Amino acid sequence: MAWRDARSNKKRLFVYISAIIIGVAAQVAITSFRDSLNTTINNQSKELLGADLEIETEQPFPDTLRLYAESLGGEQATITEFPSMVFFPGNGATRLSNIRALEGNFPFYGILETRPSEAAQQFKTDSSALVDQTLLTQFGLSVGDSVKVGEVTFPIGGAITKVPGEAAAASMVGPRVFIPQTLLDSTRLVQRGSRIEYKRYFKFDDNRDLEPIEAKLDSLEDHLRIDIDYETVEERREEIGEAVGNLGKFLNLVGFIALLLGGIGVASSIHVYINQKISTASVLRCFGASSDQTMSIFLIQSVILGFLGALSGTLLGVGLQYLLPALVSDFLPVDVELTVSWFSIGLGLFTGTGVALAFALMPLLALRKASPLYALRTLEESITSLLSHKVKFLIYGVIVLTVFGYATLLTESWRVGGLFTLGMIAAFGLLLLVARLLMKLVRRYFPSHWPYVWRQGLANLYRPNNQTATLMLSLGLGMLLVSTLYFSQDMLMEELDFATRDDAPNLIFFDIQPDQNEGLNQLLEEEGLPILQNVPMVTMRLDSLRGRSTRAIAEDTTSEVRGWALQREYRSTYRDSLVDSETLLKGEWIGTADPSRGAVPVSAAQEIAEDLELEIGDSLTFDVQGVPVQAYVGSIREVDFRRVQPNFFMLFPAGVLEQAPQIFVTVTRTPNREVAAGTQQAMVQDYPNVSAIDVSRILETINRFIDDISFAIQFMALFSILTGLIVLASSVATSHFQRVRESVLLRTMGASKKQIIGILSVEYLFLGLLSALTGLILSLSASWLLGYFYFDIVFVPNFWVIVIGTMLITGLTILIGMLNSRSIYRRTPLEVLRTETT
Amino acid sequence: MDSNPILEVSDLTQQFRSGDRQLTVLDHISFSVEEGTTCSIVGPSGSGKTTLLGLCAGLDRPTAGEVTLNDIPLGPLSEDERAEVRNKYVGFVFQTFQLVPTLTALENVMVPLELRGVKTAEVKEDARQLLAEVGLEERLHHYATQLSGGEQQRVAIARAFINKPKILFADEPTGNLDTETGGTIEKLLFDLNTINGTTLILVTHDLSLAEQCRRTIHLKNGAIERDERTGQPKMDQVNR
Repeated sequence: MAWRDARSNKKRLFVYISAIIIGVAAQVAITSFRDSLNTTINNQSKELLGADLEIETEQPFPDTLRLYAESLGGEQATITEFPSMVFFPGNGATRLSNIRALEGNFPFYGILETRPSEAAQQFKTDSSALVDQTLLTQFGLSVGDSVKVGEVTFPIGGAITKVPGEAAAASMVGPRVFIPQTLLDSTRLVQRGSRIEYKRYFKFDDNRDLEPIEAKLDSLEDHLRIDIDYETVEERREEIGEAVGNLGKFLNLVGFIALLLGGIGVASSIHVYINQKISTASVLRCFGASSDQTMSIFLIQSVILGFLGALSGTLLGVGLQYLLPALVSDFLPVDVELTVSWFSIGLGLFTGTGVALAFALMPLLALRKASPLYALRTLEESITSLLSHKVKFLIYGVIVLTVFGYATLLTESWRVGGLFTLGMIAAFGLLLLVARLLMKLVRRYFPSHWPYVWRQGLANLYRPNNQTATLMLSLGLGMLLVSTLYFSQDMLMEELDFATRDDAPNLIFFDIQPDQNEGLNQLLEEEGLPILQNVPMVTMRLDSLRGRSTRAIAEDTTSEVRGWALQREYRSTYRDSLVDSETLLKGEWIGTADPSRGAVPVSAAQEIAEDLELEIGDSLTFDVQGVPVQAYVGSIREVDFRRVQPNFFMLFPAGVLEQAPQIFVTVTRTPNREVAAGTQQAMVQDYPNVSAIDVSRILETINRFIDDISFAIQFMALFSILTGLIVLASSVATSHFQRVRESVLLRTMGASKKQIIGILSVEYLFLGLLSALTGLILSLSASWLLGYFYFDIVFVPNFWVIVIGTMLITGLTILIGMLNSRSIYRRTPLEVLRTETT
Repeated sequence: MDSNPILEVSDLTQQFRSGDRQLTVLDHISFSVEEGTTCSIVGPSGSGKTTLLGLCAGLDRPTAGEVTLNDIPLGPLSEDERAEVRNKYVGFVFQTFQLVPTLTALENVMVPLELRGVKTAEVKEDARQLLAEVGLEERLHHYATQLSGGEQQRVAIARAFINKPKILFADEPTGNLDTETGGTIEKLLFDLNTINGTTLILVTHDLSLAEQCRRTIHLKNGAIERDERTGQPKMDQVNR
């Protein structure tokens, strides 16, 4: 019977399940991709590190460590890595890059991909350099041109296209330049105070157990009192696996939202469908069918439909996953090997069917309550009005629990699952609320003197069994996501757009050696650039806090002091006064001190004070490059870290650090990009070790990065708009006969085809506009709150986002609506006289 | 009383294709109806009554033959031109009332004139007046679902008369109503027809309703079986 009833509605039922197809496809594509990524990471785990073991320090290996490392045997390679300016003599371009001086055959696993490929080996012997392809492209350079690193000019031997274990996006932040280790000293870039990482890589052929090595390195760290970081293949795999897992969880939730929207689409369609089928059900009841039998007919239909939708969606999703790598490959450290994931296929089939069933539950249960009397008279209200509030709340409870359970399964955290569920309830609830409010307001205040076509088009949104609110919900969600994305991006850029302010610094020089400081300042003056700041910087570590060693505190599980704050390298400055980006919060600022007279007062920034749980008077011991300095917290200050200038967690008074090894940082402002480039060129020529940060270039990078990561949100928005359009198509199909009846009736009374098309267009126009408005209202509110509480700026909405977003949603709604309505306005008016059949 | 024909049907044939078979629903029908008269079309189910009514009103194109409505041959007209003719000269009443569910009673009555482009304010008073005439002055702002069957049909009648039609087509106008309500509707139809001088053509199974018309055309198997006139003799020509 279920089949017999369904076969006459095949086309309509197919539209119902389209929403599920899309939702499941998104879900399966994402889960499959995540699984493929995990498999790839497991298969290529050694390539991720390029070696079996990596040991890293921030100073040259002390002899004890070097001797121990050498004693480990196997094959070894070293990399000395640091940021530095590079200069391209061919066109005068400069760029802060990530320099890597390599000795040995690293990577031992995986390939350093270069163009030409032989360059990866040749540069070690022919004294050439390898330069990131992105850098060459940016400056229009090619292999054979030159690059100056420090005081050495290298021929560019090859372009780097891939470094094993590193994502392509890494080159955006710090483009990589490989040089042979033998020429490192000649560059004269390795100086005191420079931030340099010394890495040694090992390849062991004997599958040895690395745990004793790790233990020995730990003890050496304690003994030598230096930071020794080490990483094994397993650790790197876990680290990347975790990052990928988080990305996968996030994307899975994105897919789940699409599936939920699909569920709502199905709920809406099944609801209308069963409302229309109530007389069939009642006739069956009259012939003696039990309420369970009647419900079973439609239950079977729903399950089969859900399964068919899930099956089609799964197949589509398996295909779709092949498109995903292109979207995210820049952010992944591996080339994904795509495989068919049986887990994701099973999950897709199960959830697709489950969601369809869960959302069809309400009308199905209501059908059980439908009296046989409805065979004789029409049920004017919605079928779900037959259910008691108790049953309705029970069904809502089942749906919420399903969502919560599934989200928990996806994220492996009941907290995240719970937050996701609450977020969804809030978002959907608010959207629905705004949608209903708008519908009420428009109906109430729509001018009654407007032309008939406009009034009729609008009235169509309120026809019995309409799905307007559902449509506004799904299309509105699309608008909400798209516009919030762009609004926040705007705010973020505005926040970062300090470079365009007239007085804001935009060029920062660092790693200036004390003997270079004066010369560089003079160079800037000659260029006519202001020295906005010129501050010394001393690196140090925290040795003890309130009389306890930082190591003891870190190992104390009851301590709530943040580990990173204990172990980080502090770059502090000293001066006798506070600057305008600093405000005293607690204690007293003391401008000068004499360490020979006891502990010196330091001022801690609020953020670090919170993480170290500092109070005024707390004692601190700093290890200033081997020299202990006793201090206490004299004051706590608020620092505006958003300013483009060196800001410091720990500020020392004058008279303490003047003799310590230090480097200088100078901040200036250039009027335009040409002057900025010219100054950097001059500076690189005279002071090759000094690095420069061009703030406007960073802005460009951030902008590009944001553009790239916003794909995920666009992807989600795309799905919700797509689902909205499918729900729209399904809604047009559901109300097809009603629409035919209305339009042929109007034709009978003399309406022209143009008027009929006009009425339908107005209906879709209003639907699109109201949906866009629904999303927009919430988006503007969310953005305003975000601006007020988070970015601390007055949110001014971008006019074009509003206009283009609204036009997009409205245009698509009209297009899909009209395409699905073609058969309606093509009907001859004679049908008004014929008995209607479904 | 002699008057000009408002409707002339000549050699009208309508055929449909059903699979491989050609079905003839109307077979060379000719007759004419004079202005101001009342005419019923009766016949068993499947005799072609509704098809004939639809073709007379220009709702569809015949396979062959011609329909002339108010001296306008409908054959050469496009669908939009025929819609304009309907809007100006024709009124309709249906068995299932056919009110637009999203509009109130008042708005439903206003539709034909609004489609013509008449300003809302001008139409509103006429619609109110007509609804008062059918006894629904208290139900102006009710939606179709809030009205009983009889009330819905009264709205439909008011709507049919709003454009002061020259000819009114009614398809089983009392078919969905109880005897008492049906009687009220019949009276309304005939009264308004008399007052407005409208020609009334109705399709019905109800012989007592048909007998109230001055002329009754009996259809059988797509052809005119009998053409009966009561009251004053007519000059209608019946050809086969």
